[in-house]
Order: sequence, then structure tokens, then C-alpha cells
Amino acid sequence: MAHDGIGARLPRKEDRRFITGAGNYTDDIVVRNAAHAEFVRSPHAHARILRIDVSAALRAPGVIGVLTGAELADDKVGGLICGWMIHSKDGSPMRAAPYAPLARDVVRYVGNPVAIVVAETKNEARDAAELVEVEYEELASVVDPAAAQAPGAPQIHAEAPGNTIYQWALGDKGAVDRAFAGAAHRVEVDLINNRLVPNAIEPRAATAIYDRAEGRFTLYTTSQNPHVTRLVLSAFVGLAPEHKLRVVAPDVGGGFWSKIFIYPEETVCLWAARRLGVPVKWAADRRESFLADAHGRDHVTHAEMAFDASHKIVGLRVKTIANLGAYMSTFSSSVPTYLYATLLSGQYDIPAIYAEVDAVYTNTTPVDAYRGAGRPEATYVVERLMDIAARRLRIDAAEIRRKNFIRSFPHQTPVIMNYDTGDYEASLNAALSAARYAEFPARRAEARSRGKLRGIGLSCYIEACGLAPSQAVGSLGGGVGLWESAEVRVNPVGTIEVLTGSHSHGQGHETTFAQLVAERFGVPTDQVSIIHGDTDKVQFGMGTYGSRSAAVGMSAVNKALERVEAKARRIAAHLMEAAESDVELKGGEFVVAGTDKKIAFANVALAAYTAHNLPPGTEPGLKEGAFYDPVNFTFPAGTYVCEVEVDPKTGAVEIVQFTAADDFGTIVNPMIVEGQVHGGLAQGIGQALLEGCRYDRDSGQLVTATFMDYAMPRARDLVSFNVSTTATPCKTNPLGIKGCGEAGAIGSPAAVINAIANAIGVERIEMPATAQRVWETCRAAQAAVAAQ
Amino acid sequence: MYQTTYVRASSLAEAANLLRDNPDAKLISGGQTLVPTLRQRLARASHLVDIVHLAELRGLTLEGDRVVIGATTTHAELAASDLVRQRIPGLAHLAGLIGDPPVRHLGTIGGSIANNDPAADYPAAVLALNAAVHTSRRTIGADDFFTGLFETALDPGEIVVRVSFPIPRRSAYEKFHQSASRFALVGVFVAVLADGSIRVAVTGAGPCVFRATSIESALARSFTAEAAESAAISADGLNSDIHGSAEFRAHLVPVLAARAVAQAR
Repeated sequence: MAHDGIGARLPRKEDRRFITGAGNYTDDIVVRNAAHAEFVRSPHAHARILRIDVSAALRAPGVIGVLTGAELADDKVGGLICGWMIHSKDGSPMRAAPYAPLARDVVRYVGNPVAIVVAETKNEARDAAELVEVEYEELASVVDPAAAQAPGAPQIHAEAPGNTIYQWALGDKGAVDRAFAGAAHRVEVDLINNRLVPNAIEPRAATAIYDRAEGRFTLYTTSQNPHVTRLVLSAFVGLAPEHKLRVVAPDVGGGFWSKIFIYPEETVCLWAARRLGVPVKWAADRRESFLADAHGRDHVTHAEMAFDASHKIVGLRVKTIANLGAYMSTFSSSVPTYLYATLLSGQYDIPAIYAEVDAVYTNTTPVDAYRGAGRPEATYVVERLMDIAARRLRIDAAEIRRKNFIRSFPHQTPVIMNYDTGDYEASLNAALSAARYAEFPARRAEARSRGKLRGIGLSCYIEACGLAPSQAVGSLGGGVGLWESAEVRVNPVGTIEVLTGSHSHGQGHETTFAQLVAERFGVPTDQVSIIHGDTDKVQFGMGTYGSRSAAVGMSAVNKALERVEAKARRIAAHLMEAAESDVELKGGEFVVAGTDKKIAFANVALAAYTAHNLPPGTEPGLKEGAFYDPVNFTFPAGTYVCEVEVDPKTGAVEIVQFTAADDFGTIVNPMIVEGQVHGGLAQGIGQALLEGCRYDRDSGQLVTATFMDYAMPRARDLVSFNVSTTATPCKTNPLGIKGCGEAGAIGSPAAVINAIANAIGVERIEMPATAQRVWETCRAAQAAVAAQ
Repeated sequence: MYQTTYVRASSLAEAANLLRDNPDAKLISGGQTLVPTLRQRLARASHLVDIVHLAELRGLTLEGDRVVIGATTTHAELAASDLVRQRIPGLAHLAGLIGDPPVRHLGTIGGSIANNDPAADYPAAVLALNAAVHTSRRTIGADDFFTGLFETALDPGEIVVRVSFPIPRRSAYEKFHQSASRFALVGVFVAVLADGSIRVAVTGAGPCVFRATSIESALARSFTAEAAESAAISADGLNSDIHGSAEFRAHLVPVLAARAVAQAR
């Protein structure tokens, strides 16, 4: 039998259905008599709603109903919530304003839903939506996070004076001030972490059904965490108690966090299905995805780093303004705080860190977590500073990092995190060697002979995955626990069903989770099914984001497998008349050590169900569940090396080499891990070179609202990646897994920008480094040289 | 998409009649601009008159000293044509740079030039090569065909039938992509025609394709990359948007012209 356990490069079980068009996505689900929804959205960034007239729309062909915020309020449907409480440094709670699923009095961003039109066909709903007359009184708007706090800026919510949601801080300000006062060298930088649109390949969708007989809802939806969706819709929006609401997230085509959040559209569809008495289907078109999926990043940062005479870091000071958009999305408050500032120590031994973060409202689409969620922003700050410091202090970019690496573990940073393990020098060395770093000067010279500026950039990133433990999450303001659940059901014939609270929307859990079962029980992966995404099947779960599924979700499965194995061993020992301590599970069989006695795992399963001959007091059946609450985060880390060639005449940047050396601890399936790294790198390179969400400063219109203006990375923008791994297994979970889903997006932007800055010979260039920006930077650099 | 009526025309004459009888009808060929526009409800059409299959609009032939290309020839067909690759390599290269493979297998040369998107590639080739546009009613010279932003000399109901390109001595196209749409931020087509005259056409930079006469003059004196690059292009009146300022576009024109000169064959 081929090895298909932990470490096997197994093709993904799910890919056949995905690539042959046999997947079952939310919009594929056919429901009898389903009606179709279209949302009427605000065309203004900020306006008062004076009047809504739905009469013409109601008369349009095929229309079943038109509902507005007034009906929503009549039915006492609650607002959407932000589930993470942040307190400002003065102790006051964050100033969260109400977030109604349909705006009633004021619209606060272009795309803010105002009404839902439900009709027999999608086209009829669209036609009728154009007939809904909304009279607006336009108000001044603000889209820029730094401008939102300026005196006289338009006020977006009465609850948040100066548009400021919180002014949060982490770290020891006094210690940092003292470190800077005594420092030999100081460097500083102003950075913008550009706003991104998530752009999952499958737009968000919902199919909402209300069963009058049972008083029970079913919501098929594009969710990364259906149980959390059910919890919020029950406990906060108040549409139905949990036992009367089934949430199903079937095949989901990508999320990148954007499908975690509980959004207005899905909520309104669910309510409309009951109110109108018809199943309601909605699927966003791409323009709606641009307008209405929570965006990512959007930080404005000033950062300073202090060094002693031997180039050791003595302090780091960071001030960030984070744009949260027009309303606080589900986890928005946690992203620029506990997912960001806690990673500012990077891979370095920094004795003192102080970070201040102001979160602001603006007249833009809500901003929440996006692949990496806070950690890319932190890495960008630290790794840009390291490069600028190397340049100013005239030492090699690798050497300044090497000099400051954390070398003993566990390591307590000054910003909460306790790193369990790592070997940063190993990944740095692996990356430098694979990238032929030492020979770079020759490559640069050769490029110059062709008129190209060649540059190299490093990024030594760290991330924290598998947010944990639940008690700590709660003490930091999180509204949920971040554990995971699993149930392992062994069928009488020995096939196995694993129910998990994790959710696969591209990660390949049907393969990797089955590999864990194969590893432990010796059962081929094709005899294992992974069941997820349905609140009627899986009792509870926290879903998939933050690279948590392998580290947390599989640890829960492992715990349940241990329990199944213990019971199966007890039965096997009984059947073979051996002592339990002499029985071991090997290659799918229980064997009695030192004898030729053995019994196949499947036969033990059958015995458990026939129950003809069980040990005294043993219940029939073979099924166990487990909840796993990790004791700490995991800390994947690595080094990325980007090499670029800049055409100074056009500003075109070509990535000519990209090397990744990651430490993800134990790897379950190297092929899937490589795929995750490749995808993450593409997104990070996209952020660095191409993707820049732009709002018009005056009108508040989203300028980049289609793929004609929002540049997604294409294959030709990339290079064949050179990826490898080193491993220091995680010490705080049983499998040694750290997680790999976000590393690429976290580590790569700084590597790309450092490489471009290195090529041109400047300190600063903003993301995305578009051709015009690069050309202008080249021209300014040439002019500066000429002036000297 | 708003409600529309799809009609598959059986002849050019029937298509012309449908357009005459239905003022809000639109011709559809490859549909690579029209369909997304209709889907976004930015345009509406009472009828979609499909002409993409008409035999009268097909064909890719050598006629004397000209290459004649039927209006519904797709970009992919043109890019892969041995005839075009041998006789007008710059044109074949240009066609292979349009959009992405799905676009190139559906979009047509007739549709592209009739739409005259300011950032489309074909107008640069038609203008630089001094092609003739044969329509259902007449023949229009390249210098007269492109009249403004999304504007051409075509009258309502007039249909592009084929485009005839004189075979040049040398030609080349250099394109600087707009990174999101892959249209031309700036595209420059350089042609040395059979009579030795030099024409340089620029797309993407302005509201409509135009000839860069300063570069043409410089190249007439010396057909070298250096000569092309030394010519100045004014930023006045050029396009300025989130993808590139007028100054950046003006800067790119001679840079790309120089590269086209170096590539021309």
C-alpha cells in the first residue's frame, strides 16, 4: 500500500469534482419556487435618506416584495455586531456604532444596502431595483484614514466623535522612550499599507429557506465558519434560536477571511424568506463583491527603530491609523490591535516595543481581516525598518537580521507573544543559499549592462496562527473561544467519517485530514470522508481562518482518534485474549506484541457494532468526539528573498527570482503546503506591485470597482517560485504543526518592496509599486545623484 | 442585462436592414466589449444582430501587395496566421498581445476598430500601416476612419466588412500594458511602408489613436532607436487616470517607439 499518511505528497481528493465542474456551490443549490434578490445600494459615500418610494418597483413584473430598513426595524431584526471588544488606552470601550443590515436614515459608503427587491427571476429583480426611488441629501464624505481624524472632518457616526473608534496602545512607553534616548542610531519610516479587495473566485451567495411547518430556517451560504454565522444570527440578530436555524456552507470557492464575517446581504435574505414566504436566492456579481465584501489592510503608519552601537535593536515605536470603513465588521477591531501589534517583535530580540493604534471610521466599505490579517502589516513595518537600518548603518541586510535574531526559546516578547520554538537562522541560511545571495553583485552588474536595475530584498517574517487559548482570547476582548471540535465515526465496515468544525474552502481538508486518519489507523484515505460545513451534521466549530485548521482542527481530530483507538484497542485485546498493554496498532491491524496474533481494524469495528463479544461494561459502537483548546499560538516563520529587475525607462518591475524558506513545523502534505505558499506569494506580490483599492477623495466613489481598474496578479506577473522548508515542530500541539496558509501573503510584500528599493537605491517606495511610481522614483533618484 | 432580442443575421444585407429598422439595435461580433457592457447594464439594445458567422465577413487572403482580413477574423486567428506573420509581423505580434486567450478567441478585428476604444491595439496598426477599411457601403482610409473617443467615420448602420493592409517593408508594435485591464496604457506601432514613408501611430495615450509626427520626422532623418527616443511628445491633451498620468504616457511614447524601431522587421 502506498504511503498516504502524514508527509505524503497526495493529490487532492476534492480536485476531480472542482476541475470537472462537479462542485456544489451555494448558487448551484436548486430550491423549488426560489425567488431572486437584488439589493438597492447607495450611490453616495455619505447621504441622508429623505424618502424611499417602492411603489413602482412593487408593481413591476414578477416582483414578490420590496423591503427596506423600516420593515427590518418593524420585525425587530437586530444589527450586525463586532465581536471583539477593544479598550482605548484611557480605559474606555471602543465606540461601536449601530450597523443595520439595511440603512434607514443615513448611508455611509457607496454600496451600503438600502432595500432588497425579491422577484421571480434575477433579471426581474434587477429591473425592479432600478424602480426603487431613494431621495438622498448628500453629505460631505471622508475616505482617507488620516484625514478622518482631522478637525472639521465629516462626522460619520454620532457615537464616535472625530470618527475615532479607539485609541489603543500596547507595550511599555517609558521603556521605549528610555531606549531611544540612549540609542546610538535611530531610523524611521512612514508607510502606507495599501487597501486590498479580497476577490475570492466565487462571489458571496446565499439561499435562504423558511419552513413554516417547523418554524425553522435553512441558510446555504458562502461561509468559512457556518457555526459562528448561526451563533451571531441567533444570539445577536435574533432571527431564530440556534436549534431553529441550520447553516450550510457547501463547496466554497475561496475566502481569504472575507467569508468569515456576518454581512448584511445574507442576513436580509434570511429574514426576507420568512417575511415574504418564499425561498430567497442571492449571488453577488463581481461589482457587488468589490463594493460589499470587507476590504483588507489600509493602515497609515509611522515607525521608528533604535539601535545600540553594535547594531542591536534596543527599541521600536509604532503609530498606526487603521481604517475600519463605514461600519465595524465582525472581527475588524482585533485586526489592527491583537493580530498586528503583538507581532511587531518579528524574529528579533527587541527589549522594548510600544505601539499606538487609532481605529477610524471612513465613508468606505467596511474593512476587516484579509489573508494574514494584521500580521502582513506588522511584517511590513518591521522588515522595511530592518532594510532601511541596514542601508543607513551600511551593513548587509542579512547580517543586521542575523545579529538580532531570537536564539533561545521559549521567548517572551514585550508584546504579549511567547514564541515556543524556531530556528530563524536556519531558514535565513536556506533562503540565502537557494537564492545564491552571495553571487548577487555579479547578477546586478550583468543586468546593468542590459540597462536594467537589479535589486534584492529580504523579509524574515513571523506570524502567529491558531489564535489561542480561548481563555486568553476572552481576556483580550474576543467574543468567542478559539478551540476546535471533531467527531470520528467508524462505520461497522471500517470506513471512517470525520466531522470537523474546520471548513475547507480551498485548503484541501478532505485530503489532509484523511491523511491523519491514514497515519494513525492505516486505513487508506479513500475509505475516509471528511464532513464539514453543516450545522446539522457537525455540532459546533469555529471554522477556518488564520491558518488554524491543521494546527487546531487536526489536533481536535487527533484527540478524537486517540479515543477511538483506545476503545478499539480494548475490544481488540478482548477478542485476542491479550493484555491491552501488549496490543498495538500497526498498518491497519491490531497486533499482540511478540506473537502472530492480529486482527484488522475493520474487524474490530464490526465487532464493536455487532456487540456480540465486547469486554464487560463496554458500550457498543465506535464513535468519539473531542474538543481541543490549544495552549498557545503557533509561530510559523521563514525568510523570503525577492530579486527584481527594474526598467528605469518605463518603471516596469519584473520579478526575476523569488525564494521562500518556511518553517511550518510538521507538514502533512508537502504538495498542498507548496500550493498554499504559492497562492500566498501571489497575493503578497499582488499587494506589492499591483493591487491598490482607490476611492475618489472628493466623491467617495470606489474608483477600482472592476477588474478593468483593480489589478489582480496574473501568471505573467510572477515567476516560478523556489520554495523549501526547514522544520522546528511546534511544541504546543500534539502534531507539531504550525500552519502555512497565510505565510506567503505575510512575508512577501516587504521582500518585493525591499528589492525594488535596493534596485533603485532609495529608502522609500509605496505599494503598489506601479510602473509610474517606480519611474518617478527612478527619475528622482537620478536627479539626486546628478545634483551631488 | 436588460431584455433584448437576439437575431442571427443570415446575410450582410439582412443585418443592415435590421439595423435600419431598429434604431436601438446593436451589431454583435465577438462581443468582448459589448457583452460586459450589457451585463453591467451600462448599455441596452432592442436587438442584438449577430454577424460573426457571416461568410462575407470571413477570410484572410493575400491580394496583390495587400493582406485583406475579414472583419470577423479573431485576434487569435490573425496572430496565428502564417500569411500575416510573414508579411506584416508587427500586426501578428499585436494581435497576440490583445487581452487574454478567451478574448483573443472571441474578439474580432472589425468589432475592435468599429468600437475604437482609445486603448485598443488594432487602431494603432490600422493607422500606422495606412490600411483601408471596406464597409458595407464604401472604403474609408485609415487617416479618416478614427475620428475621436469611441468615434469613427462609420455611419449608423454601416458595417465593417474587411480591412486591407498594404504590406510594409518593416513593422513592429510595442505595448506597455495597463496592469489591470491589459489594454494598452500606451502602444506604439511603427511602420515603414512600401514607398519608404514612415508612419508611427500611438494608442492608449490619447482620447483617440494618433500619429506621432515628431517621431515620424525624426525617423525619416534617421531610422534608429536613438532618433525615435530623442523626439519629444507633449503631454497636453493626453489621457490621465489612476493607471498613468499624461506626463508618464507622454514619456513612454518615444521610449516604446524606439523599442519598436529596434524590433521592426
